[in-house]
Amino acid sequence: MATLDINRVRKSYGSMEVLKEVNISIEDGEFLVLLGPSGCGKSTLLNIIAGLEDITGGDVLIGNRVVNDLPPKDRDIAMVFQSYALYPTMTVRQNIEFGMKIRGISAEERAKATKAAAEMLQMTGLLDRKPSQLSGGQRQRVAMGRAIVRHPELFLFDEPLSNLDAKLRVDMRTEIKRLHQRLGATIVYVTHDQIEAMTLATKVAVMKDGIVQHFGTPQEVYDRPANTYVARFVGSPAMNILRGRLVASDGPVTVAFETSDGEALVSGVPLSPESAARFRDREVLVGIRPEHFTMDTAGAVPLTVDMVEPTGPDTLVVFSAGGADVVARLDPLAISVGTKARFGVKAEKIVLFDPETETRLD
Amino acid sequence: MATKSLARQRAMGQTFIYGVLALLALYYLTPLWVMITTSLKPLDEIYGGSFIGLPQTVTFEAWSKAWSGACIGTECTGLKPYFINSILMVVPAVLLSTGLGALNGYVLTKWRFRGANLVFGMMLFGCFLPYQAVILPMAQVLGKLGLSGTIPGLILVHTLYGICFTSLFFRNYFITIPDELTKAAQIDGAGFFRIFFSIMLPAALPIIVVSCIWQFTQVWNDFLFGVSFTSGSDSPITVALNNIVNVTTGRKQYNVDMASAMIAAIPTLLVYVTAGRYFVRGLTAGAVKG
Ligand SMILES: Nc1ncnc2c1ncn2[C@@H]1O[C@H](COP(=O)(O)OP(=O)(O)OP(=O)(O)O)[C@@H](O)[C@H]1O
Ligand SMILES: [Mg+2]
Repeated sequence: MATLDINRVRKSYGSMEVLKEVNISIEDGEFLVLLGPSGCGKSTLLNIIAGLEDITGGDVLIGNRVVNDLPPKDRDIAMVFQSYALYPTMTVRQNIEFGMKIRGISAEERAKATKAAAEMLQMTGLLDRKPSQLSGGQRQRVAMGRAIVRHPELFLFDEPLSNLDAKLRVDMRTEIKRLHQRLGATIVYVTHDQIEAMTLATKVAVMKDGIVQHFGTPQEVYDRPANTYVARFVGSPAMNILRGRLVASDGPVTVAFETSDGEALVSGVPLSPESAARFRDREVLVGIRPEHFTMDTAGAVPLTVDMVEPTGPDTLVVFSAGGADVVARLDPLAISVGTKARFGVKAEKIVLFDPETETRLD
Repeated sequence: MATKSLARQRAMGQTFIYGVLALLALYYLTPLWVMITTSLKPLDEIYGGSFIGLPQTVTFEAWSKAWSGACIGTECTGLKPYFINSILMVVPAVLLSTGLGALNGYVLTKWRFRGANLVFGMMLFGCFLPYQAVILPMAQVLGKLGLSGTIPGLILVHTLYGICFTSLFFRNYFITIPDELTKAAQIDGAGFFRIFFSIMLPAALPIIVVSCIWQFTQVWNDFLFGVSFTSGSDSPITVALNNIVNVTTGRKQYNVDMASAMIAAIPTLLVYVTAGRYFVRGLTAGAVKG
């Protein structure tokens, strides 16, 4: 098992810059998720870590060793691809044993390792089938088995669940998490699904246009997103971001924003004295997660209910503020469209952003 | 009632389609019929009666004469040595051009290099070069290599000419195989040739068959290169066949001519009958795989 350091890594295809100075460091045994929309450079970064793409600038270190010029096979890694990339003409057993064969491991050892992996992934009965005779979930298992028998320092996963149906995806997600705990392996995992990222990761790197927007634990990324992009990308429904104002006062930090029914004044928002001074009486962006609204007849936020969406465990209430829709997630409640009400806000959870740079204010 | 007339219409439509198909099949089979029946008739019967009818006395004399007795120029050896020449030419030419085409297709799709598309374009261009255009320069090259008029010379010519087509086949097939497969193999530690032999070639079976059939028919049936670059006892069977049919003194021996033509055609027929299934499958494989 190993640490992974990505130092100022850049990648260009011709004149097109796909990665611009990526910096990420993880400890031994961590589960790093690269999260971002399609085309942001996740797979490119993963391929660079694997050695399948040349690096344009910067260094990749696996276990404190610079691997920039090492071919993939010497990096002590295993990779699971989005399409699984099983060798179509080989049986499952041959697929799993192919790498070991090349590394000159004896037939006996190979059989033992294959058996152990097959048992771990519950696919003992599939060993003599061809990939074309397997379901999507089974192929996924085989791809994992092929990676496991390698006992690598570092596992790389490129959207391994994106071809599965919703139910199987959740099952395999649990499976991968269990695998991580059992093997104690260091894992880099690419996805554009923020739920996968939140449930699996010990560290998340949210990427956009080849730049890491936020690197931190899932909870940090969720609670204190580095900018409005991260705030909107992580969490569902997304964080509400409203135009508001920092009220001039010498007491607790207070923000004001307009709703369709008047002004909301919320005080007790966490903010450093420097930022509070800098933005005193100026416009800010107010970020509120849907679940941080509360049902409170004496609350700070006056509103008219525009829409009600019961989801089962809770109810989403949509109202309008400053011309935008705001979503509140509340315990199941009976409330009808058109009702005038007041909601409270957990002020200590509010995040403020600079309206120009859209980065978070400390 | 409506359904009944609909059913009748469909039945009529089918009868019509099958009728047309049968007619067309008949049209295409007539020459073969004439060839077979004529080759089995004694010469006198041919000159005495009709071309189309069944033979009254069946004899394989014409066949055995065509195989080992017919005269080509002054040599009366029959087609046998030329048949062997053709085999000696076609087997290496097919294997070489298919193998090199597979390697080209593999490099052009999985180890892309700067200018790969240009190289591919130039290879495509080779497919459209008419035979006649290359004869003179090719003769010079063969002369320089000391391969003029030899079977190895012909093998070289056919391999070179075939590579354009086989590279095209394999390139278009391999491009449907996901790149992730080669990446996975690289991580497993496989090198250039290991990936080629263990992963790409086994997956390419249908297109290997297509390439072999295509090359076999091209090379076996070729006349122009054969007649241009060889002479005498080094000729392939197509050239010998031409000589048998054209150079005769006295009565034209239609039965021997027909038998000779059949002998020259049998290998390609056999190849189609045994491997034709794969041919169709291979040609459509890329489309189905997606
Ligand atoms: N070989 C290449 N040549 C040129 N551009 C490329 C190449 N490979 C990738 N790109 C570009 O680099 C960018 C990042 O691609 P990448 O595959 O890393 O995206 P991704 O984040 O993995 O997206 P997805 O979620 O769709 O898989 C894209 O804009 C893509 O078009
Ligand atoms: Mg990708």
